Amino acid sequence: MNAAETPFDFVTASYLTRIGNQSAGNLSDLLTGLEHCSDASIFHHTFQTLGVHHFLTEGFSNDFAQWTLSSTNRNDLAEQLAALDIRDYTSIAALRTDLCRVVRDFCDVHPQFASQSGLERFYFCESVEVTVPLARSARNLDEFQEGLQHLSHAGFYFHFISSRLRLQLQTNDFSHWLSASLGLRTLADSINHIDVYTNTLDSARAKMLRLIDRERRKG
Amino acid sequence: MTEVLAENHIPLESYADVVGAGEIEELRALAKPLRGRSIEMINSTAVGGGVAEILNRLVPLAEELDLHIRWDVMQGAEEFFDVTKSFHNALHGEPYLAKLQDFEIFLSYNEQNRKMLPLDAEFMVIHDPQPAALIDGRPSGSNHWVWRCHIDLSHPNRAVWDFLEKFVSRYDAVMFSSPEFSRQLTIPQYLFYPAIDPLSEKNCPLDAEFVQQVLDRYQIDPQRPILTQISRFDRLKDPVGVIRAYRIVKRYFDCQLVLAGGSASDDPEGALVLKDVLRAADHDPDIKILELPAWAPLEVNALQRASTIVIQKSLREGFGLTVSEALWKKKPVVASAVGGIPTQIIHKHTGLLAHSVEGTAYQIRFLLSHPEIAAKLGENGHQHVKENFLITQKLKRYLALFLMLDRGQ
Repeated sequence: MNAAETPFDFVTASYLTRIGNQSAGNLSDLLTGLEHCSDASIFHHTFQTLGVHHFLTEGFSNDFAQWTLSSTNRNDLAEQLAALDIRDYTSIAALRTDLCRVVRDFCDVHPQFASQSGLERFYFCESVEVTVPLARSARNLDEFQEGLQHLSHAGFYFHFISSRLRLQLQTNDFSHWLSASLGLRTLADSINHIDVYTNTLDSARAKMLRLIDRERRKG
Repeated sequence: MTEVLAENHIPLESYADVVGAGEIEELRALAKPLRGRSIEMINSTAVGGGVAEILNRLVPLAEELDLHIRWDVMQGAEEFFDVTKSFHNALHGEPYLAKLQDFEIFLSYNEQNRKMLPLDAEFMVIHDPQPAALIDGRPSGSNHWVWRCHIDLSHPNRAVWDFLEKFVSRYDAVMFSSPEFSRQLTIPQYLFYPAIDPLSEKNCPLDAEFVQQVLDRYQIDPQRPILTQISRFDRLKDPVGVIRAYRIVKRYFDCQLVLAGGSASDDPEGALVLKDVLRAADHDPDIKILELPAWAPLEVNALQRASTIVIQKSLREGFGLTVSEALWKKKPVVASAVGGIPTQIIHKHTGLLAHSVEGTAYQIRFLLSHPEIAAKLGENGHQHVKENFLITQKLKRYLALFLMLDRGQ
């Protein structure tokens, strides 16, 4: 079995939500908020919310889409916002540009809806990430599988989803290490293609473990 | 000030069956850098109400992680709790004519309590307005003070909030149950959810036989739909509005309504509200008004489990933990979109939100007509609580907060 020179160090993360100073009562306010809120706020309402609500595998994508649907009843705009896939982005700036474009285009075409009050306000928040190393690392596929099995949802989310942004790569911690340190590019790609929108964190992990099992049988 | 020794200690490892061994391992990892550090929690009641319930569970778990934690309760006479109840209602937006004497009583009891303890733990967590002025006793050293506000401050009485803000703004951080409650402050404000304990008597699994006994005791028919609201008899919980919604539903479904609650020790208005509720019920045999003792957790648990739909039709709400309790039991919930409730009820995903008596009645009728949707909402709600509103998650948030303050993040 291949052994990596650089071990995979499992980490756990806990997130605090900091309440920002901006809020939106209608779609026009939402656009203003999107243009001016912090990067941490965009991260919170897109990446972070996917981890928090991972068990909703039907019709939930990000907080902006959910608020547009439940508070303003604009299904068409909600659909467009929900269709933005965070895996396509390596920077918050690019994600913010697309979120703003979608909302701006809608408000331009439907100015009558832009200033219509929503049922509840949208509050822009930020995530504050606090990480602590776990006393667990892996140098080969067996140890990696063992560590993966013991990871909590927060730890799994940290390595599998939020890492994309941290690394500014179209990959995740797991795939990055499997490819770079163990040379298992096919396995890394397969793991990277697990859909984070239609899987819960548990089902994504189960798929990952099955892929690793298959790889181990090959070896 | 009196130290409270938390009861009913449940070992941390027992939660592994509910949340997974990985979560427990990670709690230990987060706590490791904080081992032996001192924490003091201060609130105004040891029994009754959500805060005391949470601290009773949280403190022993933190001790098990080798944190040096203590819980103290403020001492106060009736005049103090009358004032703080008025403040509580005023901060929720109820009419209140501020009197100088009330502020003096508030400050006087805070000062008396301040003299009883050194208030020098490394992390001081002050809960709600009652002990907020203890910050006057902050030692000149470098300990961290945070204010945890459990109540809805979205429409506060100006005079009361202006008075409190002078104290609050001197804390290092404030935690609210909903972003809607945040204020314009120069200090950081965080979202902090209350939590339920899945292993407590109020939430643990129950035998069907016991549930049936409770229904028999209160003459509730398990063969007909049971609508339930569990809450103190408090105007802000709108029990009379629940009765009005029930009467609309009753035109279409042969259902029963259970209104069950007790009074917290710092809530002198409960008896007056109960009278109004009895008047509104007008001897309807299908409305069961149950005044439960301060701690009747098994009965509450049984009533929630026996319910077809759980209602939380609050006019204002800090968080509304009864919503999480019901969701944990996989019950469909219809609740008002106020306070922390929309955090728990993601509309059409984990329950249904309503904005009026008529809306509440409509959503109840919808769920009674579509039991398969009700079941799906209940299942999603259970997962939502598991991820976000269990005591282990609460402990994790506190650990993250202390680490963040310690690291100066």
